[in-house]
Amino acid sequence: MPSYVITEKCDGCKGQERTACMYICPNDLMKLDRDRMKAWNQEPDQCWECYNCVKICPQQAIEVRGYADFCPMGANVIPLRGTDAIMWTIKFRDGSLKRFKFPIRTTPEGSIDPYAGKPEPDFSKIKEPGFFTHQGEGKEMPKP
Amino acid sequence: MEKETCTWSYCEKPEIVEIETDILLVGGGMACCGAAFEAARWATPKGIKIVMVDKAATDRSGSVAMGLSAINTYMGENDPADYVRYVRADLMGIIREDLVYDLGRHVDDSVHLFEEWGLPIWKTLDDGKKVDGAEGKKVGKLLKEGGKPVRSGRWQIMINGESYKVIVAEAAKKALEYNRQATGMEQNHFERVFIVKLIPDANDPNRVAGAVGFSVREHKAYVFKAKCMLVAAGGCVNVFRPRSTGEGMGRTWFAVWNAGSTYTMPAELGAKMVLMENRFVPARFKDGYGPVGAWFLFFKAKATNALGEDYCATWHEELKKRYGKYAEVLGTCLRNTAMMEDMKAGKGPIWMRTDLAFEEAKKHMDAKELKHLEAEAWEDFLDMTIAQAGLWAANNIRPEEKYSELMPSEPYLLGSHAGCAGLWTSGPEDICKAHGLDEYFWGYNRMTTVDGLFTAGDGCGASGHKFSSGSHAEGRIAGKEMVRYVLDHQDYTPTLAKSADEYVAEIFLPFEVYEKYKNYTTDPNVNPHYIRPSMLQKRLQKIMDEYVAGAGYWYMTSKTMLEEGLRQLEMLKEDSAKMAAADHHELMRCWENYHRITAGEAHARHILFREETRYPGYYFRGDFPQIDDENWKCFTVSRINPETGQWEFEKIPYKQIIPD
Repeated sequence: MPSYVITEKCDGCKGQERTACMYICPNDLMKLDRDRMKAWNQEPDQCWECYNCVKICPQQAIEVRGYADFCPMGANVIPLRGTDAIMWTIKFRDGSLKRFKFPIRTTPEGSIDPYAGKPEPDFSKIKEPGFFTHQGEGKEMPKP
Repeated sequence: MEKETCTWSYCEKPEIVEIETDILLVGGGMACCGAAFEAARWATPKGIKIVMVDKAATDRSGSVAMGLSAINTYMGENDPADYVRYVRADLMGIIREDLVYDLGRHVDDSVHLFEEWGLPIWKTLDDGKKVDGAEGKKVGKLLKEGGKPVRSGRWQIMINGESYKVIVAEAAKKALEYNRQATGMEQNHFERVFIVKLIPDANDPNRVAGAVGFSVREHKAYVFKAKCMLVAAGGCVNVFRPRSTGEGMGRTWFAVWNAGSTYTMPAELGAKMVLMENRFVPARFKDGYGPVGAWFLFFKAKATNALGEDYCATWHEELKKRYGKYAEVLGTCLRNTAMMEDMKAGKGPIWMRTDLAFEEAKKHMDAKELKHLEAEAWEDFLDMTIAQAGLWAANNIRPEEKYSELMPSEPYLLGSHAGCAGLWTSGPEDICKAHGLDEYFWGYNRMTTVDGLFTAGDGCGASGHKFSSGSHAEGRIAGKEMVRYVLDHQDYTPTLAKSADEYVAEIFLPFEVYEKYKNYTTDPNVNPHYIRPSMLQKRLQKIMDEYVAGAGYWYMTSKTMLEEGLRQLEMLKEDSAKMAAADHHELMRCWENYHRITAGEAHARHILFREETRYPGYYFRGDFPQIDDENWKCFTVSRINPETGQWEFEKIPYKQIIPD
């Protein structure tokens, strides 16, 4: 289901160097048309439909339309990603709706302090199996 | 054909940025994020520099970019020896047990970190109630403190994994920043830089000295020099013609951006590859490729043919006759075989009976619990294969009411999931020495046969079933070993075999070719002087499908078919010297497809070398339809001789260290 950009909603991320969708697309698909200041998916047949552009767009200007070579028309799936949960609205071809909410994260974004409270590496054990965490906690690695 | 060279006569020469580091991480997925976290802890107090280079944005790069609904490798109460038994059985008896055991004993620590960093992990409470990860955090214990996960299978645990990669990337980026500040580098995390080629050392052709690539955002080339490096940039997708015919080509089962770079770049340097004949053919929900694991394991659904027969049961006796002890318990590839036999007999479509699973659940669940079960079924897709949820909605499918079709997909090359293609690496010293595995050990754990070149995740062969957590842990194993490598080689200064200018001219050649010829025809898409990357990919996919056991040919091939396929691949490789790119995005596509070609060739040559059908249901050799343990229960190891370009093959014995 390639992503598409709704003309009226996209503001080209207000003329910044690059748009949010360009920044995030893992497959480098999103492009900004500088004349119109609108983003577009330059290679829909390489779109994995990972929805990262949809989730990140500050204008909610990006949606996804089912892959035309096998998907019947008329349905859509729309996420609203917050800081600790994501809401999904699924519209069926027959018009009925389903809504779901799932947790995505239990800590505030940006709060990870990777080595806080973790042991220092013990260089006398660098050749032995086990990570610095195992070794610092005195955990022996089993052997077969 | 006339050979093209880039003399910057037609396209503008890019700025060349040269970066020196001690450790280079090529890739930004689970393995490289794990490597960054572990290596930065060891490296930083010693002033050792680490640089990560990712072709995408690390927050959402790699195979976990969309998210996942489960972590498939968590030991918990299990013995890593049993994990070895499970991986060995699923991969038809030939795995590097030293590597798999080593992964098993390390992996849980990564899962514990994910939870600490904020990944919601479902919990089973003391009263047996199952809660999601947010609730579990409030009322349950952390896994590390003895909290019980929700097991969907013996090795799998359920998560709310929409932001899995964002969380893992945050820790990796902070680790890199810690290293950057302490070592005084200006920048050590490069996004949107695509590495095309590894560079050997001027004084030792079997040693890696650097890597060259380019920015897909600016007209800049990047030349990295490093004492050692980890190449972990995913498996290989879209090397075979997919079942989709148009837009749906992007809806591959594995991440579509996995271009085989992990195999081709080391192989071109002379690194040995192992079991590249192995592939994965996932049987998944048709077209959307939604996951089936939770449906089988967690929701207890059954798959049947259209007549309601359980094809794994009806074919079991016949498969035992064909494949003997390997069919006693049907592993993934043999379940595929049974499905394919019924499809060929016209007994399709194959259905996943989601409706019956719900009917069964109704017997012991109240309305509220059923509602919750329905949400879990949808989340399974929404966390990791959103397209499948869309496809259900577009077909008005409600899983509690209507079953869905399953289909075996096009083949994928990978080393982290239920496959074991990859590079041949050294194992852990303690296990290799204790068990006399001299042929599996040459100094540094997870180092390839090229000095200083490490791999992990999809790159490390003969050791599948790592999945996301295992790839992270394996990256950490390699990361720690790379620090040890740098400490042991303080006097080594990498020297590039050729000048940076020469490498840059080589990788920008598709720009030069395009600019030189684009006006020769009125439509730049049709031009006799060059081939654009999308056509290069389609030509590769057609050859692979038709001659190398693709889905369109019921996964069947033979010596004669492979030889014709290789002849055509040879010409495709020659034509890749005429790749043309109109912009930086297309330049990346050119080199991605170039990487796919050599990965595909390795796959074809390995299938040709192994004269048996080791993985029925993944591929079949019509001329050698049996499993032949006497001659082929061994590792098949290949190498491209960098001096001659010739492929060399050898058999290396399989050694069992964990008893049956």
